[in-house]
Amino acid sequence: MPTTYEPIATTTLGSAQSSVTFSAISGSYTDLVIVINGALSSGLASLSVEYNGDTTVGNYSYTRLQGNGTSATSARATSDKGIGFVAQDACMTIININNYSNSTTYKTTLTRTNSNYSSDGRTASYVALWQNTAAITSIKLSASVNFNSGFTFTIYGIKAA
Amino acid sequence: MPILGILASSTRVAAGDFESIATVTVGSGGSSSVEFTSIPSTFAHLQIRGISRLGSGSGTLPTISLQFNGDTGANYASHQIRADGSSVSTDAGSNQNQIAAISSAGNTQTASVFSGTVLDLLDYANTNKFKTIRALTAADFNGTGWFDFRSGLWRSTSAVTSIKLYGAQSFAQYSHFALYGIKSA
Repeated sequence: MPTTYEPIATTTLGSAQSSVTFSAISGSYTDLVIVINGALSSGLASLSVEYNGDTTVGNYSYTRLQGNGTSATSARATSDKGIGFVAQDACMTIININNYSNSTTYKTTLTRTNSNYSSDGRTASYVALWQNTAAITSIKLSASVNFNSGFTFTIYGIKAA
Repeated sequence: MPILGILASSTRVAAGDFESIATVTVGSGGSSSVEFTSIPSTFAHLQIRGISRLGSGSGTLPTISLQFNGDTGANYASHQIRADGSSVSTDAGSNQNQIAAISSAGNTQTASVFSGTVLDLLDYANTNKFKTIRALTAADFNGTGWFDFRSGLWRSTSAVTSIKLYGAQSFAQYSHFALYGIKSA
């Protein structure tokens, strides 16, 4: 049996940059998992995604559950590429993209994301939709501010039998 | 017709800590249930990953239920917290005949959208504990949607050897579930 859960690529930023792209993603897995860890220079920023270079914002939407230590809230957005957030001090995000390579369904992403930013701590889960049936072959992750040096991005592939 | 999971090849080239056990993809005729049977007890935990949509009559927000080892008795309980884009709510059930485990896309919701699920079953082969699951299960429909955290209890100390997933309506074509085993050291 081949390895079932394997790292495809890892990027550790040597300097601040606005986005990270995983490209030429093989269709040989069943699911993808992306793990992001790091800390911004300041504040909290939205984490966004683009698949296959699709910049049409109307193709993206999300629904969110969030807790900040005081209350639990929910929100949604259409025409929005958000899938989570990144923050000062420490933050971590895990993105699940199930059945990313089929060519018959729109793609649904489940994300767990948190901020340990001392002034704005949160934990949240996002379900995000990309209205496109194409197999995902590239993933661009960006934030509304630059990712700092030291941010790590790892993409894993999971193979089903 | 229920669909049984296809067991992965027993010819092991390289062992891993996270192994594929079986996979089900629903075909053009749909399926009333998905079952994983003859689950080996050689792992520490199990994980089910999938996408789902129920067929005709399922409406919006249908639930996929789960039963272990063919037990149809009132031995299950579940809890959930749900975010629907505007508010957060909770629900629970006890002495149920199944675990309300997965929130699925239904046939009246935006075409081509399937809900996503990652469901964990911890210590499934232990014969001294009741069994607990947790699930992240959600879908967005570009204007509506929800995110659910669900947990479930099976009040049995038996090792889990089979898992049945089913809804009030059949699974639609392209619904897909994969069962994985996670090994401990």
